[in-house]
Amino acid sequence: MLLALSASAIVFLVLLWEVAWPVASKRIERWRASRRLIAVDGYDPGRERRAEQRARTLLCSCVNEEEWAMYRDLGFIRVWGAMAEDPLADRDGGGAPYAYLIYPHKPIVAYLPQTRRLLSEYCITFLDESRPYGSALLPDSDDVLAKWMALTGDERRIIDSANMHLPGRQVDPKQVRRDLWRLGQWEQARLREQGRGAGSVPAP
Amino acid sequence: MKPGHGEVLIAEGDVEVPEEHEALVETFREQLQQGMWAAVPCATPAGRREAKMVTSFDDVPADADRVIFFPRAAGGR
Repeated sequence: MLLALSASAIVFLVLLWEVAWPVASKRIERWRASRRLIAVDGYDPGRERRAEQRARTLLCSCVNEEEWAMYRDLGFIRVWGAMAEDPLADRDGGGAPYAYLIYPHKPIVAYLPQTRRLLSEYCITFLDESRPYGSALLPDSDDVLAKWMALTGDERRIIDSANMHLPGRQVDPKQVRRDLWRLGQWEQARLREQGRGAGSVPAP
Repeated sequence: MKPGHGEVLIAEGDVEVPEEHEALVETFREQLQQGMWAAVPCATPAGRREAKMVTSFDDVPADADRVIFFPRAAGGR
């Protein structure tokens, strides 16, 4: 009797081993794989954040103080258009009949400052085909600076390079109108601030 | 400007020193050959800042302290 039970137990164990071992070995392998350290080729998670910091410093050193403050506070830069035939038009905004809003990694939006009517979107990318650093995109502030340099340096060239679309294709017109309203408020507050600064007497 | 990296110093030197001038011209040419655009931030007589796009080293203003290279613009989607 004992012999029969022992034989049955041995057979049972062998069968159990046959059935359970493949499943168990897979689980063990999976567990080992999950604990294995895989060396990633020099990936640095802080790289893009540092790149953006450098880009902001560079942007600040290139654009006007007002434009930098605009970008810092509102997230975009306005550049006055200079291709109109109005002889009074200039980059200082005196008589400029149109202007652009530069957003990071979004199309440049052209609009009429007097009526806030949106004219068009100019889709531009600055792709580096060599892509040596793994990402094809410039940091946000570098993208803004590149657009700013291209617009203030050679407006016709960048507008010719761009794909022009009607407003609203990528940038929500409601958002642009809200941004224009924010810009108006921001400018008024800035003027008030400057007025107060000009009228005040420094403390002794 | 490099994607994913930001500002990278490519070369620096004094244009008054002939060897350094040559090296700067060579670097400038290489960057343009790689398809980059070059711009010099400068100020208008009215004091407003803007950029000057340059396609030759001779176009760089004598008082410029830097030239910024950035990838060529192309129509996006």
